[in-house]
Amino acid sequence: MTKFAVALLAGAALLLSFAALAQAKGKVIGVSWSNFQEERWKTDEAAIKAVVASDGDRYISADAQSSAQKQLTDIESLIAQGANALIVLAQDSSAIGPAVQKAVDEGIPVIGYDRLIENPNAFYITFDNKEVGRMQARAVFAVKPVGNYVFIKGSSADPNADFLFAGQMDVLKDAIASGTIKNAGEAYTDGWLPANAQRNMEQILTKTGNKVDAVVAANDGTAGGAIAALAAQGLAGAVPVSGQDGDHAALNRIALGTQTVSVWKDARALGNKAAEIATLLADGKKMNDVPGVVKFSGGPKKIEMNSLFLTPIPITKDNLGVVIDAGWIKKDEVCQGVKPGTVKVCG
Amino acid sequence: MLARLLKSAELDTRMLGMVGALLAIWIAFHLLSGGLFLTPRNLWNLSVQSSSVAIMATGMVLVIVTRNIDLSIGSMLGFIGMVMGVIQTDLLPKLLGFEHPGTWLLTLAAGLVLGVVLGALQGYVIAYLGIPAFIVTLGGLLVWRGAAWWVTSGQTVAPLDDRFTLLGGGPEGSIGAAWSWAVGAIACAAVVVSLVHSRAQRKKFDFPLRPMAAEVFLGGAACVVILAAVAVANAYPWPIGSVRRYAEANHIALPDGGLFIAHGIAIPVLIAVGTGVVMTFLARRTRFGRYVYAIGGNPEAAELAGVNTRWVIVKVFMLMGLLAAIAGAVSIARLDAATNSEGTLAELLVIAAAVIGGTSLAGGTGTVAGAMLGAVLMQSLQSGMVLLGVDTPLQNIVVGVVLVGAVGLDTIYRRRMGSVS
Repeated sequence: MTKFAVALLAGAALLLSFAALAQAKGKVIGVSWSNFQEERWKTDEAAIKAVVASDGDRYISADAQSSAQKQLTDIESLIAQGANALIVLAQDSSAIGPAVQKAVDEGIPVIGYDRLIENPNAFYITFDNKEVGRMQARAVFAVKPVGNYVFIKGSSADPNADFLFAGQMDVLKDAIASGTIKNAGEAYTDGWLPANAQRNMEQILTKTGNKVDAVVAANDGTAGGAIAALAAQGLAGAVPVSGQDGDHAALNRIALGTQTVSVWKDARALGNKAAEIATLLADGKKMNDVPGVVKFSGGPKKIEMNSLFLTPIPITKDNLGVVIDAGWIKKDEVCQGVKPGTVKVCG
Repeated sequence: MLARLLKSAELDTRMLGMVGALLAIWIAFHLLSGGLFLTPRNLWNLSVQSSSVAIMATGMVLVIVTRNIDLSIGSMLGFIGMVMGVIQTDLLPKLLGFEHPGTWLLTLAAGLVLGVVLGALQGYVIAYLGIPAFIVTLGGLLVWRGAAWWVTSGQTVAPLDDRFTLLGGGPEGSIGAAWSWAVGAIACAAVVVSLVHSRAQRKKFDFPLRPMAAEVFLGGAACVVILAAVAVANAYPWPIGSVRRYAEANHIALPDGGLFIAHGIAIPVLIAVGTGVVMTFLARRTRFGRYVYAIGGNPEAAELAGVNTRWVIVKVFMLMGLLAAIAGAVSIARLDAATNSEGTLAELLVIAAAVIGGTSLAGGTGTVAGAMLGAVLMQSLQSGMVLLGVDTPLQNIVVGVVLVGAVGLDTIYRRRMGSVS
C-alpha cells in the first residue's frame, strides 16, 4: 500500500512537471465518448468544449461507436496525444477497467462521466439516478396519493432501470405497505422501446379492467407509449404519468396535460461541471479537494470513490418556464396545441 | 367423416395445424389468465398489435421465396416513419396550416413513395449489381437506422396529425358496428362468389370438382369465421372516457348505464387484412406471382424460360419497401409519435412470422396467409405473457424456443409427407 502511495506520488510529481511544461501551451482535455447515436451527447460535448475553450485549453475526443473494444484503443490514443485529464463516458463499465488503470498509472486523472466506472482512483460525476426515480414517484404521488399504480420500467439490461425503480420504491414503499397504494402491474420495457411500453400498458389495462390510477414510467419514451395506450381507453390526462429526459414531445405533453412530470437532467450543467473538474484535476488539484465532492460507494463492488452528484429538476406544468428560459426548447414547441389559459407559460 | 370432408375440401393440412396450434395457445392463455385472454377487448388489442408485423410479413414471404432476405425493413420503417412524422407536423402545416384535412393523405403518399424508392434502390443493387441480399440489406439496416436519427437529430416527433393517427386504431380509429357488419357481409359474399367462380372454371377446363358438400362446408365455415370476427370486434365497447367526450362533443345527454358504442374493426386491422388479400392475389393469380415462385423454385430454369429474373427481384423489393412504409404509418399512428427507435428488431419478428408460417428459407414455398397467421401467433405469445405477468427476459426465451420448435415440427412434417408421396 505504501509502495503504491509512493508510486502515486511519483506519478503525481511527474505529472506536475509535465503539467508545468504543458501549462504554457494550455492543457489538453481528452474525452472518450461511448456513442453519438443519441442526440443528447452532442449537447454534453458542446458544453464541455465551451468550458475547455474558455479556459484556453485544448479539447480532443474519440467516439467508440458503441464498442467497448474500440473505447480501449480510443483511451490509449487520447493518452498518446498528451491528454492531461480524461473524461470517459463508459460503453461498458466493467470492460473499461484496464484502460482507466493505464491512465491512472500514467498519472492522468480520469473522470467517469454519467456512467459509473468503479475504480478508486477515478472521479464519478452524474445525476443522481435514484433521486430521479424518487422525483418521478413524488410527482405522481402528489396527484394521486391513493389507488392502483402501474410501473413501466426501463430495459432489463440497463442497471439504471433498477436504480430508478429503487428510487420510486423509496418514496412509495410506506404507502404500499399500508395498502393505500397497490402495485397493479409492473413490466420491463425491452430496449426502452416506446412501442413495447405501449403493448405492456395495453395488456395491464386489459388485465385490470382499466382500474389504473397512476403510471410511473421510467423515461419520456416509455411514458409516450403508456400515454398512447391510456388514450385508446379515454384515460389520457385523467391518469398521472411520470417520465424523464425533458424530451421535447414530453414537455409538450406536460403542457397539454397528458403527462405529469418529466425529470430533467440538464446535460449542459453536467458537461460544464465535468469540464471544470477536469481542468482543476489537470492543474494538479486533488480529487478530495474538488468543491462539492462526496464519497460514494453504492456501486456493485462497493468501492469508495470521490464523486459529485448533480440534482435533476422535475418539470411539471407549473415550472415549464425553466426549460424555456434555459434555451432547452422553444416556447411555441412547448405550447403547440395548448388551449389558451390552461398553462401559465403558454398564456 | 370429418376427415373425408376436409380431404375433399382440399384444405392445406399444414395451415390447419397452425390454426390448431394458435387456438391451443389462446385457450391455454385464457385458462391461465383466469378468463382474460379470449375477451373481445383482448382479441381486439391483439389484432391491432399484430397488424404492423403482419403487413410486412406478407412481403417478406415473397422476398424469402425468391431466396433472398430483407434485414433492413425495421430500420426502413423507422426512417420512413420519422420522415412522415416531420412532413405532417412540420412541413405541411407550414404550407397548409394545422390540422388541414389533406395532411394525412399527402403524408401517407409521400411515405409510400419513399418506401418504394428505398426498396427499388436496394433491389437494384441486389439484382443488377449482384451483391447478396443479406449484405445489401444488412447495410440498409445500419444506413436507414442512422438516417432515422438524422431526420431530427434523434428527437421524437409528437403529437401527430389527428386524422393520420386514425390509421393506428383506438376508439375513433375503428369503423364502428354498422360498417363492420357491412365489411363482413362483403367479405362473405366475396368468398361465395370466388367459390362459385372457381367451380365454373374447373368445370370449363374439365378439372376434378370438389363434392358439393365440401363447397358448402368451405363457404359456410369461411362466413362463420368472418362474421364471428366481426361480432367479436363489435362486442368491444368504447371506454367510458371516450364515450363521455363523444357525448359532450355531440351534446347528447349520457344515460345512467352509459352508452354502448362498439369499436368495430380497427382501421390498421382492415389495412392488414386488405394487404393480405391483395398480396395473396398478387402471389397466386398474377404473372408476377408465378414468376416469383418460379424463380424461388429454380432461378436458372426461370431465367432460361425467359423470365426477366432481375426485374422481378427489383419489383419484390419495391413491394417490400412499400409494405414497410404502410407498416411504418400504422406504427407511428398507433403510438401517436415518430421515434427514431421505431421498428427496432421488427425485421427479426417479421422473418420469424414468415418462417413460422411455413415459408422455407431455401426458397420456392410459402404463403401470405401462413405468414400473417405466424405474426398473430407470435404476438399472441408476447401479449398473453404480459397478461400472466411474465416479464420480458422470459418472454424472449419462450418466443425463441417456439420459433425453433415450430420450424422443427414443420421440417419433420415435410419429411414424413415427402416419404409418403
